[in-house]
Amino acid sequence: MAQAKAITVAPKVDAELARRLLSQMVLIRRFEEKAAEMYALGKIGGFLHLYIGEEAVAVGATAALRPDDYAISSYREHGHCLAKGSDPRRIMAELFGRRDGLSKGRGGSMHLFDKSKNFLGGHAIVGAHLPLAAGAAFAVKYQGGDQVVVCYFGDGAVPQGEFHESLNLAALWKLPVIYLCENNRYAMGTAIHRALAQTEIWRYAETYGIAGEAVDGMDVLAVREVVGRAVERGRRGQGPSLIEARTYRFRGHSMRDPSAAIYRTKEEVEREKQRDPIALFRGRCLKDGVLTEGEVKTIEKDINDLVDEAVAFADASPEPPLEWLTTDIFKE
Amino acid sequence: MSVMTYREALNLALREEMRRDPRVFLLGEEIGVYDGAYKVTQGLLKEFGERRVMDTPICESGFTGVAIGAAMLGLRPVVEMMTFNFAILALDQIVNSAAKMSYMSGGQFNVPIVVRGPGGPAHQLAAQHSQSMESYFYHVPGLKVVRPSTPEDAKGLLKSAIRDENPVIFIESETLYGIKGEVPDDADFTIPLGRAKIRREGTDVTVIAYMGMMYRALETAEALAQEGISCEIVDPRTLRPMDIETLIGSVRKTHRAVVVEAGAGFAGMGSEIVAFITENAFDDLDAPVERVTGANAPMPYAKNLEQAKTPSKEKIIAAIRRVCYA
Ligand SMILES: Cc1ncc(C[n+]2csc(CCOP(=O)(O)OP(=O)(O)O)c2C)c(N)n1
Ligand SMILES: [Mg+2]
Repeated sequence: MAQAKAITVAPKVDAELARRLLSQMVLIRRFEEKAAEMYALGKIGGFLHLYIGEEAVAVGATAALRPDDYAISSYREHGHCLAKGSDPRRIMAELFGRRDGLSKGRGGSMHLFDKSKNFLGGHAIVGAHLPLAAGAAFAVKYQGGDQVVVCYFGDGAVPQGEFHESLNLAALWKLPVIYLCENNRYAMGTAIHRALAQTEIWRYAETYGIAGEAVDGMDVLAVREVVGRAVERGRRGQGPSLIEARTYRFRGHSMRDPSAAIYRTKEEVEREKQRDPIALFRGRCLKDGVLTEGEVKTIEKDINDLVDEAVAFADASPEPPLEWLTTDIFKE
Repeated sequence: MSVMTYREALNLALREEMRRDPRVFLLGEEIGVYDGAYKVTQGLLKEFGERRVMDTPICESGFTGVAIGAAMLGLRPVVEMMTFNFAILALDQIVNSAAKMSYMSGGQFNVPIVVRGPGGPAHQLAAQHSQSMESYFYHVPGLKVVRPSTPEDAKGLLKSAIRDENPVIFIESETLYGIKGEVPDDADFTIPLGRAKIRREGTDVTVIAYMGMMYRALETAEALAQEGISCEIVDPRTLRPMDIETLIGSVRKTHRAVVVEAGAGFAGMGSEIVAFITENAFDDLDAPVERVTGANAPMPYAKNLEQAKTPSKEKIIAAIRRVCYA
C-alpha cells in the first residue's frame, strides 16, 4: 500500500494558479520576516517559530483543499493559517497580543485559531493535536460530510505515542484525515537519526495499513499533487494517509535559537537554501513563461504592502481589556 | 419516581440523552460488545449501534483527543474511562486541549465533552486502581468536576453534564454502583451543576462530605444524635463550580464545621473548603474547622490497611466532638 514516489514531472500550471501559489508563499515569507523584525523590536513576545523555508508545504497542501476542509497544526502554524485564508492583519495582531487578534490576543503566536476558515488551531504540546485531527475527521464522517482534515506536524511528533495512537485509530475507523509530516530533519536541536529508529517517516504508514508517500516539500506543485491524491482517498471513504514532506527550516527553531549553528553546519544550511521553495517556483514559472518578471515584481510589491498594512493594523489595535482575563474560560 | 441502582440511573441518563440529541455518542474501552467493564453502558450498543457506541482500543490519550476534536466540530462525546486512574494517561488532552480550547481560541471553539467513570476507594484494588482523582482536575480553570453520591444525582447531574457546553469531569464510584434510590422518571429531569444539597438538617455542626464519605457521615450523624449532637450534612455534588453559598449558609447556622474526604489531605478538597469557610465565615465560627482525610499514603491492598487508609466513623465522630467541645 505505502509507496514513496519521487515526483519528477509535475503538471503544468496556468497563470492564475501560479500567481496564487507564488503570492501565498511570498506572503508567508514576508510575514515571517516581518514578524522576526517585530520580535526584535519587542512588539512580539514569548516563543516565535518561523516557517521560512517550508512555505511550499502549507501552500501546496492548501491548494489541494476546498475552503470547507479543515486544517490543524502545531505551534509553527503562521504559514498554515495564512494559507487557509486568514486575515494577515488579525494574525499579526494576535502575535502582538492585541484585541483584534484572531484569538483575542489570548493565544499568541502558537495558538492561532480561525473558525471562519475551518482552521482548528495551533497547538503547542508536541503530538497532542494529532488525535484532535482524527476527532475532527470522526465528526465529519459522523455527520455524513465529505470534507477532509489536514494535520500538519513535525518530525519531532513521530516518536510520541499520540502519533501512533492517532494513525491506528484513523486507520481503524477509516477517517478522512491526512497526516502531513513536515520533516525538516530537526526537532529543536535533535536530528531525526538521533530520535527515530526509522527515519523514513512515510514508512510508518505500512504499519497501519494506510497509504503513505514521501514528497519533495520544496516543490509546491509536487506537494499539491500528493496531497490531492490523499484528499481524493479521504473523500472517497478510503481513510487516512500519511505524507512525509521533506523540507528544511532556514532559521533557528525559534527566535531564541538565532544562530541554529550548534546542531547543524553552516554548509548544510547554505546548501539547503539553494533549494529555496519560492526561488524554485518563481524560476520555473519564468522559465516556462507562465509569469513575467513584471508580474512577479507586482506580486512582491503587493505582498509587501499587505504585510506593512498588517503591522500597522496590529500596532493600532488596542490591548485586550482587562475583563478578558476571565472571559471565555467557559461557554455559557 | 422509580427505584433503581446508581448504575441503572447512569445508564438511563445516557440512554435518554442519546435519544434526545443525535450529536451525543459514547466512546471508551469495552463499552459496547462487552457492555461496559462496570456495565454502566449495558444495552446501549444494541439500541444505538456502533456508530454511536464506539469501542476503542486501549489508548486513553488518543481516544480522549478524538473526543475533543469531535467536540470542536459540534458533537457531544461522552468518554468512559474504565476507571479514572487511567485518565492520567489522558491528562494532557484534558488539561491542555479540552480545558483551554475556548480560552486560547478567543471563545471560537468550545469543547462539550463529558469524561466519566469510577474513581476513589474501591474494594481491595490496591494502589494503581483506587485513588481519589478529583484533585487532579478541579485545580484546572476550564474544567467542571462532578461527584454524584446518589442514584438521583447520578441521573440528573450526568444529564446536565452532557448538555453543558464545556468539558465536565464526572467521577462515579465502584462502591456506589449497586446502591438503590428513587429516581425521577421524567426525561427532562436534570440537576444543575454547581448546586450543593443538604442531605440531613442539623443545628450543631456542619459536616461536608461526598460519595462514600457522605454515607459514612450520615451514619455518624445518626450515632451522634443519640448523644444530642445534631449534625447537618452538606454534599457539594459539584466540586467545581463549588456551591459556596450553601456551604457557608450552613456554617453560619451551625457555627462549626468538619470536612471529610477520602483522598489524601495535602492540598485536598478539604483544604480548599476550609479556606472558603475561613475567608467567608470566620466570624461565625465557634471552633476551628477540622478536616478528616485519607492517610497520606497510596492505597494498600490488605483489608485492614485499606480500611485504615480512608476516614473511619470513629475518626469522624472524634472530629465532630472536638469542634463541639463535647
Ligand atoms: C510534549 C512536548 N515536549 C516538548 C516540547 C518542547 N518542544 C517544542 S518544539 C519541540 C521540537 C519539535 O520538533 P518538530 O516536531 O520536528 O517540529 P519543528 O519545530 O521542526 O517544526 C520541542 C521539543 C513540547 N512543546 N511538547
Ligand atoms: Mg522538525
